[in-house]
Amino acid sequence: MEEIATNKNTGKPLETQEYFINMGPQHPSTHGVLRLLLTLEGEIIHNVEPHLGYIHRSIEKMCEKDSYTQIIHLTDRMDYLSSHMNNEAVSLAVEQGLEVEIPDRVKVIRTIISELTRLSSHQLWWGVFGMDLGAITSFLYGFRDREMIIDIFEETCGARLTMNYNVPGGLMFDIHPNFQKGTKAFVTHFKKKLPEYDQLLTENVIFELRTKGVGVLSKEDAISFGVTGPTGRASGFSNDIRKHNPYSAYTQVDFNEVLREEGDSYARYKVRIQEMWESMSIIEQLIDNIPEGDYKVKTKAVIKLPKGEYYQKVETARGEFGVYIISEGGKSPYRLKFRSPGFSNLSALNRMAKGAKIADLVVIMSTLDLVIPDIDR
Amino acid sequence: MNIYDFKNLTDSIHASLSVNLSPTAVTIIEFIIIASAFMILFTLLGLVLVYAERKIAAFFQLRLGPMRVGKWGIAQTAADAIKLILKEPLVTKNADKFLFNLAPFIIILSTFLALGAMPFAKGLHALDFDIGILYLTAVSSFGVIGILIAGWSSDNKYSLIGAMRSGAQVVSYELSVGLSLLTVVILAGSLQFSEIIASQETGWWIFRGHIPAMIAFIIFMIAGTAETGRGPFDLPEAESELTAGYHTEYSGLKFAFFFLAEFVNMFIIAGIGATVFLGGWMPFHIGNWEGFNKIMDFIPSLFWFFGKVAFLIFLMMWFKWTFPRLRIDQLLRLEWKYLLPINLVNILVMAFIVLMGWHF
Amino acid sequence: MKAIVKYIISIISALRTLIKGMAITGHYISHPKEIITQQYPENRETLKMFDMFRGEVVLTHNEDNEHMCTGCSACEVVCPNGTIEIISKRIEMPDGKKKKVIDKFVYHLSMCTFCNLCILSCPTDAIKMSQDFEHAVFDRSQLTKVLNKPGSKLMEGVR
Repeated sequence: MEEIATNKNTGKPLETQEYFINMGPQHPSTHGVLRLLLTLEGEIIHNVEPHLGYIHRSIEKMCEKDSYTQIIHLTDRMDYLSSHMNNEAVSLAVEQGLEVEIPDRVKVIRTIISELTRLSSHQLWWGVFGMDLGAITSFLYGFRDREMIIDIFEETCGARLTMNYNVPGGLMFDIHPNFQKGTKAFVTHFKKKLPEYDQLLTENVIFELRTKGVGVLSKEDAISFGVTGPTGRASGFSNDIRKHNPYSAYTQVDFNEVLREEGDSYARYKVRIQEMWESMSIIEQLIDNIPEGDYKVKTKAVIKLPKGEYYQKVETARGEFGVYIISEGGKSPYRLKFRSPGFSNLSALNRMAKGAKIADLVVIMSTLDLVIPDIDR
Repeated sequence: MNIYDFKNLTDSIHASLSVNLSPTAVTIIEFIIIASAFMILFTLLGLVLVYAERKIAAFFQLRLGPMRVGKWGIAQTAADAIKLILKEPLVTKNADKFLFNLAPFIIILSTFLALGAMPFAKGLHALDFDIGILYLTAVSSFGVIGILIAGWSSDNKYSLIGAMRSGAQVVSYELSVGLSLLTVVILAGSLQFSEIIASQETGWWIFRGHIPAMIAFIIFMIAGTAETGRGPFDLPEAESELTAGYHTEYSGLKFAFFFLAEFVNMFIIAGIGATVFLGGWMPFHIGNWEGFNKIMDFIPSLFWFFGKVAFLIFLMMWFKWTFPRLRIDQLLRLEWKYLLPINLVNILVMAFIVLMGWHF
Repeated sequence: MKAIVKYIISIISALRTLIKGMAITGHYISHPKEIITQQYPENRETLKMFDMFRGEVVLTHNEDNEHMCTGCSACEVVCPNGTIEIISKRIEMPDGKKKKVIDKFVYHLSMCTFCNLCILSCPTDAIKMSQDFEHAVFDRSQLTKVLNKPGSKLMEGVR
């Protein structure tokens, strides 16, 4: 029975009031400049209203003046944790318009690097997730393993994060002679370290308490909000583009789409951990079978897409990333639109966080794996 | 028996002062000496513990930690302290200025009072009340008033949430700390620290008290960590949720007070744990191994105490750098549904053991 | 009774998971060899970047102070950010013909996104990426660099 406190003078029940908190734009757990306007009663969240635009750079508009080769390097700066997949999406869209046949070597290398990027993104996410929960140590462990992948990238294409390794028609350069060796070394290393992730966090009783049943997103909601990627798959929404619309070398490899039914934070966590295993198995299948051939097909110096509309979607570490190009036949697109996974995933935040506590909101946001420049573009 | 006794030192100081001074003057001078000794100890503890925390955290996390200021970064905390002193003391516009400035002093006061009752070594014990444990649990818990005042007066909602969490947390966990200490009080038959230590001459209570003493020790460590607001229980300042909790708006020296108080509180909890469960400054003895016991006696009692405290502090740091943080409702559930019932049963079992005389 | 047993088992299994986690961190604190961080400014001598690393754009000169840039400004056109500015001049050759050569190859490091497109576009391989990564300066104007060395001229035979 709940006893209602009364005002001593009037005898009326004391009034409680909702209050507002601005979480962000500078806040440790919004992972960037996202502002959430929280309506709270005590610690209970009644409403979450995300405010965007703090890192809007109008990349889509800038693309309208850039040539197709130049557009690719802008996509690095959207979802910087899956920069290679973004590059690949634009390249594939342009190649679709140019109707060129891409060599198998390019397809396989692109797939391997995509999966490495996915791994590195998930590793960073794992570390940061631990940090959001208060287990700061996991952050460094995640970064340790990520560093190996970043080194592979640096050796092969010269950049660590904003790689810009794709050009329309192939890759910028051929892979480094050490690429295969380094990747294999990484996979052997990480196969030993991934079980440690489970020991440190997954099996921990506090971790289970904090994540199980927190921020449940039903399958219907996931579909209606357009929540894709690991977040959607944790709700049972089968949306892996690598399976449903395979591109590059995903037709050649055998892997499982990780699906879970619960839709809570724990499920989202487990989906990502499982995806790391799947990614490693994809890499292992391809790394010894990189076919010989050109790393690039010759394209014209100034690429002009024929008049028409082109759409290409890829599966980034966060979900479905789409590139929609309208070309008038010129050297730059007439209009270009990116479908970024983070934006749709964020839209489901209010539905998931209602009735949760502030601490839960941090967990939910972290399991959505938001990258703010990807949302704002 | 222990060969190093600080009583000789304190007695000789007292005697030499009494030669040509009146008793009142002697008392005043002794007060001043003790007060300055505690001030120095307080600062030293802060410096050493902050450095230790940073280094240990770094090694848990595959880092090197501070390495620049001095060899192995030894002077890092001193440099940080100077920086904090020189920083501008900011006050929020609509803050309650009086309470805002008062809060850090309340916290510092509570840690000081608690530190005063610590038995550091044989004969080195400033306040030896016969209700020592009661006194310590009482003063160490009124720091929460300072936290509540800090959160309320800051005029910041994050601070307020942090302070409210802290209030709920400390009030709950104070129970478990007290009850787990009572388990040993039943064994020792006294609330006085010197008596409790003396009763452990033949063996520490954690070993002599069978499993109930072990359980009490585990509960004490959990509840103690929670009471200091550290480790997996750092909800009042949960940096990923509330940016910095109740001390969000503090800067400069006043922030340093909060920071220092947290570390000294950790020392106090470890000190109580070491005194009550691990025999305080008593050396480690094994039954009738005369030679071994003799060697152990050669290690000064001061080292025994600080060694045990260091071990417990390391344990608390290990907790902090491994576990994720609990949520507030889970934190309270842990206390009221797990620690408290276990504790009550544990006390009954212990009382039964003592009645039957089954303990060693 | 069953409930009590379940209660105790749940506590013990919870404690076990906690100890498992502590075993991991305990392993790392007892193995200082696993430390991954480096002491950066101290290890400058041994720190070597990968050959492909994109540090900054440089114009390669040979020992006779000759470069290979013909001033075709392909890099200027392809650069997405206007990082490169090529200022050319006309000089009179000994045989009386006038020829366009570069006067200044201006590189705005502050605007560069290291996309590598200029390197790919260069028909004579005159520019390349250096592995230097320490770009911090005290004044922003120092980030605007002139890449051709004073008195340098076009290498013989490069067209």
